[in-house]
Amino acid sequence: MNRRWYSAPYIVWSLIFVVVPLLVVAYYGLTAQSADGSLEFSLENFKRFFTPLYLGVLWRSALYAAISTVICLLLGYPAAMILASKDLKHKSVMMFLIVIPMWMNLLLRTYSWLTLLENQGLINQFLRFIGVLGKEQSIQFLYSEGAVIFGMVYNFLPFMILPIYSVMSKMDYSIINAAEDLGANKFNVFKKVTFPLSIPGIYSGITMVFVPAITTFAISSILSGNNVNLLGNVIEKQFLVGNDWNFGSTMSLVLMIFILLSLVIMPDSEKESQGGMII
Amino acid sequence: MKKLQKLYLYLILLFLYAPIIILIIYSFNESKYRVWTNFSFKWYIELFQDTQIMSALYNTLFVAVVASILSTIIGTIAAIGINSMKKWQRSTIMNVTMLPVLNPDIVTGIALMLLFYIAKLPTGIVTLVLSHMAFCIPYVILSVLPKLKQADNRTYEAALDLGATPALATWKVTIPEIMPGVITGLLMAFTLSIDDFIISYFTTGPGVDNLSILIYNAAKKGVSPSINALSALMFAVIMILLIIINVRTHKATKKA
Repeated sequence: MNRRWYSAPYIVWSLIFVVVPLLVVAYYGLTAQSADGSLEFSLENFKRFFTPLYLGVLWRSALYAAISTVICLLLGYPAAMILASKDLKHKSVMMFLIVIPMWMNLLLRTYSWLTLLENQGLINQFLRFIGVLGKEQSIQFLYSEGAVIFGMVYNFLPFMILPIYSVMSKMDYSIINAAEDLGANKFNVFKKVTFPLSIPGIYSGITMVFVPAITTFAISSILSGNNVNLLGNVIEKQFLVGNDWNFGSTMSLVLMIFILLSLVIMPDSEKESQGGMII
Repeated sequence: MKKLQKLYLYLILLFLYAPIIILIIYSFNESKYRVWTNFSFKWYIELFQDTQIMSALYNTLFVAVVASILSTIIGTIAAIGINSMKKWQRSTIMNVTMLPVLNPDIVTGIALMLLFYIAKLPTGIVTLVLSHMAFCIPYVILSVLPKLKQADNRTYEAALDLGATPALATWKVTIPEIMPGVITGLLMAFTLSIDDFIISYFTTGPGVDNLSILIYNAAKKGVSPSINALSALMFAVIMILLIIINVRTHKATKKA
């Protein structure tokens, strides 16, 4: 018996739990409830999605996710570069420390920021203590767009650092040495050698930050106190409050197509190795 | 320059750890509110009497253990099959396998929720385990496949020549060879399952919460400091676990 048959149970499994569910989403997304309660084929929900209100939500979610991704890249790239440099001591300890926060509950870590950021929180108290703020003054950090973007950067920064680090640490140093021997200064070595070689890592970092950021609803709901509605929040509401499963499915469908398309456009994002970077 | 680099790394670490440190400190706070009053172990004692938190913890661990073990079994067997497929078959099935990995969690969660609704399966701990398996199996396959590619097929064939049945040869020769990948897959499935919020949120039933769902629902009213105590304990456990894993992989890389 050829061993390829070993995968038969899994093929059945993935038909039931991967393929069929997505077809069900497509079915719900392309139908609407008719007067007698049955589902009928309809593009009504697509039309509804492509109105300024919901396109605005999509645009806002994509914008916040993009801003967080850029900030993660700006903060994470130098960190990954330092982590990958040969002469960093205690490298494994450092990597260890970067990874550990990802193992703590994401919601709890986000919730914990409230203690620091609220009006009577530790940061405002500290600023009052050192006299930057007057006694009654406080800076409003929370319940704003900035707070949501902050939360996204906080939660997803390690997903930017790790793939860039993993590409950079595998880099062939003899190429860099060669560039230096040929007279390139540090800036040119970076521009012409290090940076181009790290691009695959940047691509996977961008995907690993952008995808969860554009679909989150927990971060926005905790840090903005439901003031900021992202696509994730709107979809969540269709299923758990509004009970409009058809429209919720339409939005999920659009979101899925949007993301899968952008992944296809993105070249060489090291798709197969993504899973290996968590541990 | 070097000092500056170190300083930068420390700042990044401070950013990542600030809420965790706060959380641990406030787990020893006597007050229920986010204002420091007195040092106390009160919340650690209350934690073990809080039935809601304890049942959420139980659900989280139960689902993680069952889903990661079943995922590892199905995923490993599937990977052995996929590895001996023809190229077009393999790439077709790998594309399907990548779907739950690349798809946003919210879409996976909703898709499974609708599936359970259509199949009239009552949501609860069973649907939670099935959903976790759905997103864990791909990661097991992805960590076992590279090991299978490295494995020497001739030892398997030798076992067959010596009279072993394919199943016995797979069990005695192939499985031990790919064991490191299987264990990595198991650990990854376990941690993904423990951490998951979005997919669980959509696929669980009434009264069956895991820790993430409990925290999300409580965040609106104020989270009980017992949760902080629990997280501080979990943080300690994770630290110990990671040290063990790190020592293990360290030994493995030294051998290689």
